[in-house]
Amino acid sequence: MSHLIIAPILLPIFTALLIMLPPIHYSPMRRRWVSMISTVILLILTVCLLLQTQAEGVAFYALGAWQPPFGIILVADIFSVSMVCLTSILALGAICYGSAGEDERGSFFHPLFQFQLMGINGAFLTGDLFNLFVFFEVLLIASYGLLVHAGGKNKTKAAVHYVVLNLAGSAVFLFSLGILYGTLGTLNIADMAVQVAQLPAENLMLVKSGGLLLLIVFALKAAILPLQFWLPATYAAASPPVAALFAVMTKIGIYALLRVYTTIFGEHAGPLAGMASDWLWPLGLATIMLGAIGVLASQDFRKLVANLVIVSVGTLVTLVALQSSAATSAVLFYTVHSTLVCGALFLLADLIGAQRGKAGDRLVPGRRMAQPVLLGTMFMVAAVAVAGLPPLSGFVGKLMILQAASSPMQQMLLWSVVLLSSLMVLIGLSRAGSILFWRVNGNDAGPERVLPLQVFALGWLLLAAPLMVVFAGPLTELSFAAAEQMRDIQSSIAIILGDAATVGEQP
Amino acid sequence: MESLLAGCIGFLTACGVFLLLRGRTFPVVVGLTMLAYAVNLFLFSSGRLTLQGAAVLGTTDNYADPLPQALVLTAIVIGFAMTAYLVILAIRARADLGNDHVDGKLPENESSRKESR
Repeated sequence: MSHLIIAPILLPIFTALLIMLPPIHYSPMRRRWVSMISTVILLILTVCLLLQTQAEGVAFYALGAWQPPFGIILVADIFSVSMVCLTSILALGAICYGSAGEDERGSFFHPLFQFQLMGINGAFLTGDLFNLFVFFEVLLIASYGLLVHAGGKNKTKAAVHYVVLNLAGSAVFLFSLGILYGTLGTLNIADMAVQVAQLPAENLMLVKSGGLLLLIVFALKAAILPLQFWLPATYAAASPPVAALFAVMTKIGIYALLRVYTTIFGEHAGPLAGMASDWLWPLGLATIMLGAIGVLASQDFRKLVANLVIVSVGTLVTLVALQSSAATSAVLFYTVHSTLVCGALFLLADLIGAQRGKAGDRLVPGRRMAQPVLLGTMFMVAAVAVAGLPPLSGFVGKLMILQAASSPMQQMLLWSVVLLSSLMVLIGLSRAGSILFWRVNGNDAGPERVLPLQVFALGWLLLAAPLMVVFAGPLTELSFAAAEQMRDIQSSIAIILGDAATVGEQP
Repeated sequence: MESLLAGCIGFLTACGVFLLLRGRTFPVVVGLTMLAYAVNLFLFSSGRLTLQGAAVLGTTDNYADPLPQALVLTAIVIGFAMTAYLVILAIRARADLGNDHVDGKLPENESSRKESR
């Protein structure tokens, strides 16, 4: 049993505790260095784990050596480990940016950030539904703290909404866990898949209602149409490195949707198979359109980026509803691309706002920027990538999405909605870019300059866009392998529960 | 016993949802607390209702499911911490925004009534 699987959870928690100890806590430089170095180590560890998972297949880690289905397990497959890897890449960018001065505007930035990383990594790696709830709460309480970092009216107002909504969401999550445990007698995801396949008819409706309650919870976390109204205000209010890290939080909701409705209520689930797709397909398409309209309507650049997050969530949800290997692999590729680029855009919005004086990031004519070439180039790269134009990563992602639709009906809807939304995003971004960079009111540039660490952080995240095109071959192979592995429920259950356990009708 | 417990959970949930939809932060906090109570009772009952059942092996012939008890304990601790945070945040919001409305500003009719007083 490899202990590497639990490392992405243990490392951030010990780093957070270390940062709070006096010799490090009292010196801002030491706090920054410990936090940054630990995140670099986290990145190295997760890449090692990814290589190991790719070579050896699905592995699990039984905490306290309590064997599944009785103990809590962590499961490493290519999909979950890729998401952990993505988190650490994003976190490194966000922490470097935060260390350029943002972290000193409030207290406990670095410990809270590390606790949030622990929660995110745990949510991706866990193989137990109740444990997923616990890690959700860990990452949420850290995010509550981070959201009010640096204080201010807007942040407090956004935080009240965010906390109340998420607490209500947690209550629904627990209700659904209660129903599922009461009917299936287990909360281990692999074991639940086995139990669902042999469900007695009288429990069918109960399990279905429990499963659909889970849909509500994950729809709230992922910000799918009727439950997405909290997102633009919250993300626009959060301080930039926090907003950048939040770019991965909606993806946790998507990942949980994919995990639950592929593994537990997947093809083998008999009458319950694909029960969420009927809901997710129209809601996903509507979310894309609503996000695109939001992009056109945004009055400031951060709200615009938050609406871009909604567009990407809608796209991913639509793919989850398709329930095919091609769609699942497109989910992985597009998630990596959209998370990194949206994270970079949140950071960029702050830099642009800082150099425009009073106008900030509002889309109105402001004073001349001190470094228009540097910021403009970064904006161009990010905008081209996020709109899905060639030659950057968004194009490859869009291509995979369009190829994932198989039936003519799906193609008609998905292609028209995705392409139309791309056009709207393009219009919104060109409008924002031309106002921010070209419509200046003649005042001289201010004294603000971009710090080297901020350039590094943004460059690190934006580098993903060209690199994901250069290495598109290996990356698509990786995402196809991840999708195949995730959908091959039979063999992962055999690894986790032993060879005797099967799902469905097989002998 | 089942109908009594189900009625209790339902009543608590209904009160919780009603209070959650109120406009001030205090009723919302109380509503979330009630919802948390309902959830905890519900989780308890997911292991089926047993009278005088023991959770430890070898002490009796009549066993209760120990897992929901562990789940409830976790849920209580988390719910408690979250409520504490929300109370602090609500007080902070009262100070920062100048009123205790969840939207940070009083609705039109209420603020005009206040002025006329």
